[in-house]
Amino acid sequence: MSADVFAKKRRNSLLLFLIVGVATIVSIIITEYNVAKGFTSVPKAVQWALSNFYPTMDSLAKLPDILVKLKETLLISIAATTVAAVLAFIFAVLGSNTTKVNRFFGSISRGIAILFRNIDVSVWSMVLLFSFGQSSFTGYFALFFGSFGFLTRAFIETIDEVSGSSVEALQATGATYLTVISQSVIPSTIPQMISWVLFMIETNIRNATLVGLLTGSGIGFTFNLYYKSLNYDIASLVVITIIISILCIEFISNYVRRMIL
Amino acid sequence: MTTLLEVKNVSKQFGKDTKALSNVTFSVKEGEFVSVIGPSGAGKSTLLRCINRMVDTSSGEIIFDDNYVHQLNKKELKKVRTKIGMIFQHYNLVNRLSVIENTLHGRLGYKSTLAGALGLYSEDEKLQAARILQILGLEEQIYKRSDQLSGGQKQRVGIARALIQDPKLLLCDEPIASLDPNSSKIIMDHLRNICTSMGITVVVNLHQVDVALKYSDRIIGVNSGKVVFDGTAKSITSNDIHQIYGSDEGKLIFDLGGSHVS
Amino acid sequence: MQAEGPIKSFSLQADQILDKQLRERLSKKPFSKSSIAIRTCGLLLTLLTIYAFISFDYKDVNFIDALLLTMDNLGKMFFDPHLKHFNFSHALFQVLVTLGLAFLTTIFGAIIALMLGLLAAENISSKPLSVVIKGTVALIRAVPTVLWVLIFAVAAGLGSVAAVIGMTFHSISYLVKAYSESFEELDKGTIEALQASGANWWQIVFQAVIPSTITYMVSWTFMRFEINFAVAVAMGAAAGAGGIGFDMFMASGFYFDLREIGAITYFILLVAICLEIFATRIKRKLQVLS
Repeated sequence: MSADVFAKKRRNSLLLFLIVGVATIVSIIITEYNVAKGFTSVPKAVQWALSNFYPTMDSLAKLPDILVKLKETLLISIAATTVAAVLAFIFAVLGSNTTKVNRFFGSISRGIAILFRNIDVSVWSMVLLFSFGQSSFTGYFALFFGSFGFLTRAFIETIDEVSGSSVEALQATGATYLTVISQSVIPSTIPQMISWVLFMIETNIRNATLVGLLTGSGIGFTFNLYYKSLNYDIASLVVITIIISILCIEFISNYVRRMIL
Repeated sequence: MTTLLEVKNVSKQFGKDTKALSNVTFSVKEGEFVSVIGPSGAGKSTLLRCINRMVDTSSGEIIFDDNYVHQLNKKELKKVRTKIGMIFQHYNLVNRLSVIENTLHGRLGYKSTLAGALGLYSEDEKLQAARILQILGLEEQIYKRSDQLSGGQKQRVGIARALIQDPKLLLCDEPIASLDPNSSKIIMDHLRNICTSMGITVVVNLHQVDVALKYSDRIIGVNSGKVVFDGTAKSITSNDIHQIYGSDEGKLIFDLGGSHVS
Repeated sequence: MQAEGPIKSFSLQADQILDKQLRERLSKKPFSKSSIAIRTCGLLLTLLTIYAFISFDYKDVNFIDALLLTMDNLGKMFFDPHLKHFNFSHALFQVLVTLGLAFLTTIFGAIIALMLGLLAAENISSKPLSVVIKGTVALIRAVPTVLWVLIFAVAAGLGSVAAVIGMTFHSISYLVKAYSESFEELDKGTIEALQASGANWWQIVFQAVIPSTITYMVSWTFMRFEINFAVAVAMGAAAGAGGIGFDMFMASGFYFDLREIGAITYFILLVAICLEIFATRIKRKLQVLS
């Protein structure tokens, strides 16, 4: 009997490995991925980076320009996240099983959130480029839509997890719907929600770089400009400023999380 | 004494074939201490929640203080709910808020949406909350966060939140099921005391027969959604308990509980 | 057990001496660090948002017109999609290419992250090594994926090699964090028991650490696959990685064909939603197991 169990387990693992192996080979073929080149290009890239990809004294002259763009990108990321968070909260309250008004609105708001969450910011930015051009709006709305979808799901989970029982207690006292939301749901979920918002700001700064590349705005555009004109020293300076700002935000959010949770 | 609550032929069906309550009828007089006992899954919780319509009944009538609860519109229902305090097994506090904030939540039913949403309480309400907490022995904990309290203390906050509603009826859903014997005794003593000295009617769900016998004026036994016993605590016999719990289980429980009663 | 006095009898009549004491107690409201932090945080975010709206580069865009145009465009996209520059089977194949990119990235990432994750877990590795790996990984995570891909493209040329390696960097950093945290939650006694029986490091890893965390690892890896699909679409558009993302980029940047963008969006949505449903299922199954 027990030998059988072991054999079956081994057979299952073997099958799984086989499936993964076949899928890998198929993927390599259809994506035209060159395995040998994959291995050799890593040391080549490192070598290239060490000899070219660092800022020089001359590139520091561009720092003020870079910082202006970086500030713009940071502000867009923050503004998109906060406004999306407010809207996401409303949708999460309607979509959560604990606080939904009725089943119809619940399904509608969850459906909208699924739609927005699964259309990537890159797609949004290409669509919005048609109507908003290269203004800040394009990046703003692209990030806004993506954040809205993601935060709605996160907030729904938070509300269901944290505030279910106290909502029942407040309903039993005869409090109105909005009173229950503001006295029970908000106080019990706000630390987690802020935590999610901070996480989203961090993600959005990274996404903003991508959106900037696609739409020709913000820090992504600045990078692309110097990258395409082979000014790798300045491009590396752009990357360093992005790293520093993301690490700073990560540090701040960890600190805030420790304070509020 | 006048009748405060009447439950007439109440049935509740969940989905297509789960019948939680069938034809439940009983009445509760003002100032009475009534325990509802029965095995888990018998429909005790559903029954309690039908009284303040946290759960809608499928059929039957519920009359509380001359209000036909099952017919009320939303606004009237909220008004009736302010007169019915509720206490829960898991306390259902907002853990991150302080003891007094949780207590004051009991006043929200009396407020307009705006005042309630902003959490505006008068000085009198705060003082009243402090008085109640003082009687419940929580005056030291007024500004402590609720998640720093012990289970027994949390349940006392639950009681305070119900009392500040100035209720006529207190519904307690398994108030001591998550507590140790010592804290359980304190909570039950408080409930009995609230009933005796404030004249508030108490309906409590319990699964400890000995506790029910010790504290209640009257016992209602429920099994599979039906009332199988309704009488004073003194008149209950071992046969009745067998009926409520099913024979083998009933014998065990009564033997355990019996020593406390006599 | 706390000492409890006798139950006080309930009388809520005003008692002047007692009320004075209670008022005094009520006036001594301690301030709470967490609510101050929450308020400061909320206020700062609001102010920054307002400042952001003031300082935006609006480029004379008429907001209302643009918004109406967006609505109109979205209508065209979703209610009137078509394929013009390529056919259905081509689109399907490109979706598979994107999935393939995501899959390769996830597999490579998972294999490397498994090794690094073991070295980054404090309980099976050493503290200094753990700190070094976790720090490096945090640094890698701070650089946006698209920049990794473009940096590798200089050495390897634009294409699937640069895309897969660039994306793998991010997958590694994400998975190392996830894996090492689940390793660190492992019960200390399990490792101790095996050490006591004389097992060496590799035996402990393969007989205790991996079997007891495999469910979490599968869940995290699949979630990363879900993310990698979206990233692969973006890299196709922004960094020449090929796949459906590139077709999207062409439809948008060269043909200006909104209806084709709509059709492509439907393809992407379908796959993304399937992956999300699958990931949620796996997560739920694991919650039941744990």
